[in-house]
Amino acid sequence: MSNSRKGLLIDYEFCTGCHACETACKMELDLPLGQYGIKIAQDGPRELPDGKWELNYLPMPTSLCDLCEKRVGEGKLPTCVHHCQSACMHYGTVEELSKKMDQKSKTVLFAPK
Amino acid sequence: MKSKREFLEKPSVNTDVYKQDWRWQEGDLTVTRTMQWTAPGCHNGCSVLHYTKGDELVKIEGDPLSPYNEGRLCMRCLAMKDTVNHPDRLKWPLKRVGERGENKWERISWDEAYGIIEENVRKIWAEDGPETIVSMQGTGRNICWQTPYLSYSAFGSPNFVLGFLSGDACYLPRTTMGHCFMGDFMVADCSQHLEKRFDDPEYVLPEVIMIYGNNPVISNGDGFFGHWIIDCMKRGTKLIVVDPSLTWLASRAEVWLKVRPGTDAALVLGMLNVIINEKLYDKEFVEKWTYGFDELEKRVQEYPLEKVEKITWVPKDKIVEAARLFAKAKPGAIQWGLAVDQSVAGIPTAHGLLCMAALCGDIDVPGGCMIPRCAYDISDSYGCGLWNLSEEMLGKMLGVDTSPLHALGFDPTANGDTVLQAIETGKPYPIKMLFIQSTNTFANMSADSARVYNAMKSVPFNVVVDPFMTPTAVACADVVLPAAMSAERNSARVWWWPLRSIVKVSQYYEAKSDETIILEIGKRLNPDLFPWEDDIEMMDWWLQSGNRFHAGWPKKTDMTFNELKEKVMSWPEDWGYKKYEKGWLRDDGKPGFNTNTGKAELFMTLFDAWGFDPLPYYEEPPESPVSTPELFKEYPLILTTGQRTWEYFHSEQRQVPVLRESHPDPLVELHADTAASLGIAEGEWVYVENMRGKCKLKVKFNSTLDPKVVRAEHGWWFPEREAAEPSLFGVFDSNINNLTQQGVTGPTLYGAPYKNQICKIYKITPENDKVSPSEIVTRLGGFKNVK
Repeated sequence: MSNSRKGLLIDYEFCTGCHACETACKMELDLPLGQYGIKIAQDGPRELPDGKWELNYLPMPTSLCDLCEKRVGEGKLPTCVHHCQSACMHYGTVEELSKKMDQKSKTVLFAPK
Repeated sequence: MKSKREFLEKPSVNTDVYKQDWRWQEGDLTVTRTMQWTAPGCHNGCSVLHYTKGDELVKIEGDPLSPYNEGRLCMRCLAMKDTVNHPDRLKWPLKRVGERGENKWERISWDEAYGIIEENVRKIWAEDGPETIVSMQGTGRNICWQTPYLSYSAFGSPNFVLGFLSGDACYLPRTTMGHCFMGDFMVADCSQHLEKRFDDPEYVLPEVIMIYGNNPVISNGDGFFGHWIIDCMKRGTKLIVVDPSLTWLASRAEVWLKVRPGTDAALVLGMLNVIINEKLYDKEFVEKWTYGFDELEKRVQEYPLEKVEKITWVPKDKIVEAARLFAKAKPGAIQWGLAVDQSVAGIPTAHGLLCMAALCGDIDVPGGCMIPRCAYDISDSYGCGLWNLSEEMLGKMLGVDTSPLHALGFDPTANGDTVLQAIETGKPYPIKMLFIQSTNTFANMSADSARVYNAMKSVPFNVVVDPFMTPTAVACADVVLPAAMSAERNSARVWWWPLRSIVKVSQYYEAKSDETIILEIGKRLNPDLFPWEDDIEMMDWWLQSGNRFHAGWPKKTDMTFNELKEKVMSWPEDWGYKKYEKGWLRDDGKPGFNTNTGKAELFMTLFDAWGFDPLPYYEEPPESPVSTPELFKEYPLILTTGQRTWEYFHSEQRQVPVLRESHPDPLVELHADTAASLGIAEGEWVYVENMRGKCKLKVKFNSTLDPKVVRAEHGWWFPEREAAEPSLFGVFDSNINNLTQQGVTGPTLYGAPYKNQICKIYKITPENDKVSPSEIVTRLGGFKNVK
């Protein structure tokens, strides 16, 4: 079971906070207003001691996220991954994604289910 | 950290699911591979998969097989099903039955609507002349050639304008300068003109992209998919960002230049000073391909960095750092945007940036500032059909006597500021009719919105074509025609490359496409110039219309619409770099640029001949702490307007719940310290006011701004509020253009100070909030009467 658990790997160095994942998900799951399957969290902007700026966005799956079970069953990618404008979201097994994660900083791995 | 290769590899597309055909069946849904562009508007043209059931659009996906957007879509496209099927869309033609502003309409047939239009046009022709008919459109519309063709060929009028966008202060200053400077435009090369994209062996990644005066990941300006920048960043491109506010791109930049709004020309001259005096320029390119280096060298000495720092508020070491970084980058690209245009110094700012690209040898090299033209040289231009007007009629184009640039066909349009004066004064001739195709102008980009509202209302006969009932339509239309949305049109796009199909897959009540509307009106008024049986035949003509403006590159096509439909996208074979070496840019086929000297003109010979300054220069905003210090005591904040939002394209989409939910209110951003000094809390509604007017906005803190700078959104009206006046959908309540002005432009009439106004901000109290701004404008004669 644990070997086949699926996840979302987010490269938050490149998430621009464009909300495409939120809207794609709402349309896919036909969610009512006020409900989300994934939601963007924001930290910053905040000036750092070295004069650079901290500003990060991070899409967080909610408990309504089913990792697009239906789409995946049809041979498609989860709609957030498909439509992400920065292409900073990746779908796969937790095992594959954790190997991928080992390659790059500023990444987060979600296993929503 | 530079990404590892694995992070750049996209999962391969499942071609069992995403087929390579232009159309296939998926269960009970039909899937059509095509493109989305207007309505709603957008500067971009992304490849999509339309999923339809019968003639209803039920779903949209990004086309993962398209090299253009590679499956990606923004939230506006993702919400398209809700926009296209919105119950408030206009369903059939309407005729006004009450007074203008009462929102009383009667349903009529298309035949009757066309009959009313024809009758009015023929009467105007007989009594006043064709030139008294003005046609206009909003930005980012797939009517760039359609409305002009209608104006020039059906109405017979030279007066096509971009609404009442003062100073044509969006894009046209840059395109016009590109044409004067080197006969062409420039665009940052993120491999978008190559079918294999980053895998094309000829392509070179930009070492540095300078993001100048735009936030492309949101705005996607002028056919540039903003997230291409991220694709480059992942591969190692560094950024320089020039913006008064910290954008996300600025947060990732090597250098962020936090410029005082409206002082960009000085900043660019400061960087040119560094590049020239430190001899960082590409000597070989300058020697061989530019004209006027000595004059430019002399001019930049007038902009020492101490002076530039004082003007721009950018520390001089940052200016030096940015100039060195850009000049040493091989190649460097400039992604320039709206803020370049939106000051009275828009023209010299654009000129300075062109000089920078040329000095650094970045013009038309792979990964640099490439020279684009529309694929197959298709007539995708505001000049489409201009050839059908007589010299005499061309001479009546409003604005040409002041600005020869408007007349000489560099993005030819009449000048909106001049049209406004003609409506108000009747000089040089009165305006009798407005044909308003997809522009909600005083809700959106027209400066001095109340003035424009009054002027438009005073025109005897007005037609509005739009997908929704807008404040513009309610206030001044006599006939309203329901425009089809993108999924309901047979059309195409070339702006810029490749050619892409737009295929009709759905139908909403009686809505008709812009192509069908201009064809059917044209057939009634001037059938010889509208010989096509239907929209598809007209599109065949358009696709094959190349090599009218350029004799050489790119070569025209003989493709038909139905062939394109099945191809979906068509990449011409004649893309190339360093076209000035190949003899592709000049009609005589000789190497060089398409200018008098054959060089990129640092010193512009045309400007010299016309009596304009032939070199880049700085001009202070007409209202600022420097130019109007007394006024600045009363209005002590610099106001910059029009930053883009993810959810909306200008004044559109406020009625789409899934988008409005994400951005419910019009915002003004200010530094937390500034807010604290005014006793204002985040989320509070405030009045933003200056000498001309005021509006109500909601406060959002943005402490990346200078404490003296605030920025406000534009395009706000409220479809949920009462349509009839005095409310008029609340169009003036939160309209930042109550504060801007018309008719204050650079000497060429290009460039206007939308982004560098002054204002004050104060709390709303029961005493100062008794009458809404909309009521002040529609009932009480304007802000001059009410304080």
